[in-house]
Parts: sequence; structure tokens; C-alpha cells
Amino acid sequence: MSILVDDGSKVVVQGITGREGKVRTQLMKDYGTNVVGGVTPGKGGSEVYGIPVFDSVEEAWEKTGPVDISVVFVPAALVKDAALEAIAAGVKLVVIVPDRVPIFDVLEISSFARAHGASFVGPNTLGLVSPGKAVLGMIGGRAERAKEWFKPGNIGVSSRSGGMTSAISYYLTEAGLGQSTIVHVGGDAVVGLSHPEVMELFEQDEQTKLIVMFGEIGTTQEERVAGLIESGKLTKPVIAYIGGKAAKSGTRFSHAGAIVEGTRGSHASKVERLTGAGVYVVDAISDIPLKAAELMEAAGGQK
Amino acid sequence: MARIYEFQSKKLLKEAGIRIPEGGVACSPEEARSIAERIGKPVVLKIQVWVTGRAGLGGIKFADTPQEAKEKAGYLLGMKVKNFIVEKILVEEKLDIDAEYFAGLVIDDAGKCPVLIFSSAGGTGIEEIARKNPEKISRISIDVGKGLKEYEVRNMIRKTGISGKLLTQLSRILTRLYKTAHTYDARSAEMNPLVLTKDGMVYAADCHFTVDDYAVFRHPELGIDIAREFDRPPTELERIAYQVEEKDYRGTFYFLQMEENISAEEKAIGFNGAGGGGSMMSMDAVLSRGFKLANYCDTSGNPSASKVYRAAKVILSQPNIKGYFASGSGVASQEQFHSARGLVKAFHEEKINIPGVIRLGGNFEEKAVEILEKYLKNIPGKIEGYGRDDSPEFCARRMEELIAENDYTSHAVAHIKEPEIPSELYAFSTVTGKVWIDHHKCLNCLDKGCIKSCSAGILTLEDGKPVLAIGEEEAKKGKCPECLACEVFCRFHAEDAVFIHLPIPGLKEYRDKIRSKD
Repeated sequence: MSILVDDGSKVVVQGITGREGKVRTQLMKDYGTNVVGGVTPGKGGSEVYGIPVFDSVEEAWEKTGPVDISVVFVPAALVKDAALEAIAAGVKLVVIVPDRVPIFDVLEISSFARAHGASFVGPNTLGLVSPGKAVLGMIGGRAERAKEWFKPGNIGVSSRSGGMTSAISYYLTEAGLGQSTIVHVGGDAVVGLSHPEVMELFEQDEQTKLIVMFGEIGTTQEERVAGLIESGKLTKPVIAYIGGKAAKSGTRFSHAGAIVEGTRGSHASKVERLTGAGVYVVDAISDIPLKAAELMEAAGGQK
Repeated sequence: MARIYEFQSKKLLKEAGIRIPEGGVACSPEEARSIAERIGKPVVLKIQVWVTGRAGLGGIKFADTPQEAKEKAGYLLGMKVKNFIVEKILVEEKLDIDAEYFAGLVIDDAGKCPVLIFSSAGGTGIEEIARKNPEKISRISIDVGKGLKEYEVRNMIRKTGISGKLLTQLSRILTRLYKTAHTYDARSAEMNPLVLTKDGMVYAADCHFTVDDYAVFRHPELGIDIAREFDRPPTELERIAYQVEEKDYRGTFYFLQMEENISAEEKAIGFNGAGGGGSMMSMDAVLSRGFKLANYCDTSGNPSASKVYRAAKVILSQPNIKGYFASGSGVASQEQFHSARGLVKAFHEEKINIPGVIRLGGNFEEKAVEILEKYLKNIPGKIEGYGRDDSPEFCARRMEELIAENDYTSHAVAHIKEPEIPSELYAFSTVTGKVWIDHHKCLNCLDKGCIKSCSAGILTLEDGKPVLAIGEEEAKKGKCPECLACEVFCRFHAEDAVFIHLPIPGLKEYRDKIRSKD
């Protein structure tokens, strides 16, 4: 198995007729993701790459049967409505690709998702991929690239940076180490599934033997991962890299989440907590595949 | 987290029905005097700048008479506090304090909800209070979907030992604080202190809001010009860059100036990252080699070539940088040849004489590196292109080596010449610029590579000349993606007949000013 998505998952794309929606739908479809429909209010009845377009998620559900996942590509200001619509229709996982989504909108989505037993990835996420099975979002850019960069295997990858999600996974692939699922949790200050929640999913996943995490300054995500390990809820080995070592406190570096407030969320405090919990914290990205190979070998697992 | 001033925050509170001290904003000593006169009581004068701990910095003064207020205002206005010059002060009635409290709203990323915090022991050293007297602090996590009820706040405050009329008064204030924070998309909101006066009234004596950068568009009434937190006023170059970012939503162009006055001796470089994580990792790599960053910039999210071009022009407006370093995650999903073409156009126009290390790993990196190498070999500065298999650490070392080979030449900012284009040339507008094609030159061209290279396929041949295959309006609305392929092709392989003008408002004037300083 993998986490969150596999080849059986039924997926709809909200905003399928938009510029990004169209291009990324092609990526997902070409990769093999089971995209059953698209949603653009007012454009129901049309088609995109042979995929039927509906006026609402509810209609898509009625016509195609239960939908597992919705991937959202609508302008930031409309994201909240789109996500609430998907959750209300019964979708249990929403992947929110756009960035610049207002934080109170994210909090409202979170509240609604919690009440409906749903979860979401993002906003500001490239998406996720279970290699060989399905891509959600835009990770890889094009299907042939995603197939070349990501290979099936036993390493779970979770990252707060989109580019680094791909980079780390690619370097693992180059080293002959495949991945179970690769998740870009999103770069914002508040995201749906954050590192600790993804870790708990990897812990339950049989295919995942080792976890690689790309963390950053700001937020409490990495500290909470350390907490999970300390409380015994995460027992699989974790390799981590934390970006922003040289970043100045109080200044935001691109990602809305990457800001140190006081001493909270600093590079040093994260490294200290993670190291204390037994995480292998590396100083260079190039050390990740080396350490991963060593740990996989020690565990006697297949690559 | 865009900040707003204390006086602005208080205005929002007042509109929500929260009591604030009587007062007004003064920009001159005379104004301070007249506000104090109107108040008719002893006043407090507070500098309006984005720093904390103003009292300790000498930024808060008391005055018993209007004349004294005028004198103190004269002292405060124009004062330099950290990176700010005081331009405004708030003149308010001095409160007769009986007790002080603290109320704050923060966003909890773990709980994914706002958290309202109250302290009956004031807010100075709140972490210390939380440790020593936890019973004096109470908090509540708010479900944004359900909203906050006054009784919930009452129960929260009650736990800190407050009762009676004060309890109901404070509960109403905190409920309103949350509503205001939600209405204005606050990233944080704080009333510190909340003052109970001797006559039993509660006032927000000080108040600070920060606004969510991504929601600033909903609140033009707040007058936030750059939706981003700063511990100093934005620099002129940042304002210029922000306009580019604001007007072109294709991808991200995030620009932060780290140093304003770089000397020729410094080991400073222009930094062009791509993607938050990749930029940070690349920044860590160059900083660990002892480089200083003139700026931090991020061009990502599949930016148009024109956006990367403008980013490079902004970065190259910084005198004395010794190199241009571009590096992202290394395995970007975005199509990297767009960035490559943007850089080619900018570097050519600038004729830069400093070296550049450009790491454009990711989708179509081979094509991107080829574009860089092919078209930048004849400019004075040596430019090297790298891909996903070259680490940021390696690239940082190359930067260092190239700068050493270059004898530490530092960058001189070039004058921007506005293009002089004969009005009869064929032209069409794009989203952010204009394309000219000199059809006389096209007559000598055999292969018409501009048409083949156009990524959107919007050019066609008419009587042997390349023209738009679509309507002019469509091109302007975005059918022309400003990929710059036609211009780059024509310049290097054909007749140099295509010119794309991508203006950056204010940059010419800025550069002229910088140049006149040298």
C-alpha cells in the first residue's frame, strides 16, 4: 500500500477548465491517476481530455459514483468555497494546490473538514504522488518526468517545500531507493495535513520502512514530529533536513510558514528537538540518499 | 504578516465598540499641542513605528500641559528608532490605572485554529507569568466555523479569578476583539495592556494587529502598500519589485533587499532563488561560504520568462555585487527554459561583467542550460549553467572560484535607456509589455524561427512577414505568454528584428539616483 492515494482512488479536478487545471489534469491522466471527472460551475456537459466536466462536485458524485479525492485548481479567493463544496459532497481528501489562500479561509476549511471526517493537503502544495500508481496536483510537471523522477519503493517523503519534495525523491531514485508516497504538505503557516499527521499515516503504512522529512524554520510541525517519536507513536526511522539555518529571525523567506517568531520555530530549536528524539538530521541534501541507503541496508529491506 | 499602526488598530477596535483612550495622531509638535488642548487632561505621547518595547527605547513620554506636549512631540518626531524614523505620534489622554490585563489572539498551526489568550496579571513577560502563575492565564481555541460565543469567553476569563461587572465587561471586549480580528483577517491581534481605570472602565491602552498577507486584497481600507512584514520601512527597490509581483500573478516574484549600501570590498552577491525550500537551502549554501546576500529573491511557481527578466533587472540594480547566484530546489516542476530566456534577455541588456552561476535543475533543464550557454558566451561576465545533479554546495563553490578569477570586479549599475522605436513598426501588446517586429529585416530572414519557437504558437506568416495569428486583444489578455522565445531566437539566429519591451515602473529613475551617488 501507499498513503492517501493509490491506483484505485477516484479523483475529480475542481477548476478543470482553467489554465493550470487543464495542464495538470493532463499530467495526472497521463500518469495513470483515475480522474473520473472535472468540475467547473457553468461548464457542465463539456469535456477536457475526454474527461467529463460537471457543474458541481455533487453532480460528479451522482454521475460517476463515490469520489475519493478532489484536487482543487481555482483562484485563491475561491478556494474556500471549492473545498467546502467537495467536503459537503462527501469527498474525504481535498488537495488544495493554489497559494495565497487567506489563513482564515484555511481555518474554516479545517473546521469543516474536521466536522465531516475529511482531511486536506495544502494549500500551496505541489501535491503528492504514490509512484507507479497516481499523481495528485502538479508534482513532476509532466507525466514522463514524474515517471522518471519517482520510483516505487519503501521510503515515505514529506516536505514543506514543493521543489525539495521532488529534489529529495529524485536523489533517492538516483541512489536506487524507491518511494512509497511523496507528500508536499504545503508552504503555508497553517496546512491541512502537516508533517506529524503525514508521519502517523506512514507509521501505519506497511510499504513504508523509512521516512525522509524536509522541514523549515517556522511553525511547530517538526517539533510535533519529535513529540510523536517521544510518545512512541512514531517508531520508523526518520531522516530530516531543516532549511533556513542562516535565515534571520523575524523575516519571512518566501513561504508564509517560514518565519521565526522569537526563538520559537528556529533552526537550532528544531534540530535540537529532532536530534534528541533520535531523528537523523543531515546538513546537506546530498547526505539524505547516503543515510537512507545505510539505514535501508541495516534494516535488510529491499530497495 | 503586514503590520498596521497602533492608531489604525485602535480605530478598528473603536468601530467594534471597544473603548480606547481619547486622542489623535500628530505629525508636528503644533498638532500634538492642539490635540492635548482638546483632550484637556495630562496626555501620553507614543511614537508610531513598528517596534516593540517603545517605552524602553524612549519612545513614550508624558505631558501635563499642551505646551509640554508640544515640546515632547518635538523631541519624539524625527527620532530614529531601530530602522525607523518617527513620522507620527499618537497623543492620548493619560489613564488613571487601577489594574492591567493582557488579551491576545494568535493562530495555532498545530490546532489549526485561532487561540484567544487572557492574562489577569498583564502581558509583560507573559511566558514568565505562564510559568510562575499559570492560574492567571487562560486560553480558548476557537472553531472558526462556529464562531466565538460571549459565554465561552466569560468562562475562560472567570478561571483567572475575575468576577462581577469587570468579568462581563472584559468578556464583551474579548469577544469583539475576536470578531474584529476575523473581519480584518488578522494574523495576530494583541491588546497589551488592557487597562482598568480607577472609575471602573476598561480601555485598550495599546493595541497591535498584523494582517494576513494573503488577505490584504480584501481590505483596501487599511491602506497597506506592501503586504509583507518588515522590521524596517520597505526600500525603494522593494517597492519597485513589489509592483511587478502585484501586477503579474503568473508565478511568484518575491524580493527582499538584505543590504542597501554594499561597498566594493564586500563579498556580496545577487541572489535569485526558486521555490521557498530550495531558495532557503541555496541561501544556506552560499552563506556558509562566507558570502553576503545583497538580496533574497524567489522566482518560482512557473513564472513567465518576463517575470524572471524583471527579477534579474531588479537584482542587477544593486551596485557592487560580485556575482549573480541563481539556484532552487534542483528538481523543479516548472519549465526551466522560461527562466533561462528571462535571464538571457536581462544579462544581455545589462552586458553584465560579473560572473553568474545559474542552477536551473528540473523540467527541461537540459534545454535551459543550453539556452544559457549558447546565448551568454559572448557577454563580459562568465555565466555557467547547472542542473539537478549539481549540488547547491558545489554551485556555491563555483561562484567563489569564478569571482576569484574575475579579480573581484564588482557590478556597476547600468543606465536604462528607454527604447526609441519608429512608430511605423509592426507591434502588438502583451499582458505586461509590447512586442515590435521590424518587418524590413524579416525580408532577409529565411527560416522565420520566431514562428517555430513561439511557445503559444500565436505567430503566423503573412506575405513573408511574421504577424499575430490571433486577435490583438487576445494577445494582450495573455495568449502571448511572454516566453521571449521569438526575441531570443531572432537576436541570435536571425536578423535581430524582434524587440520586446517589458517596462519596470520606477527602475530607471532609481538607477539614475544610484548612479549619481557613485
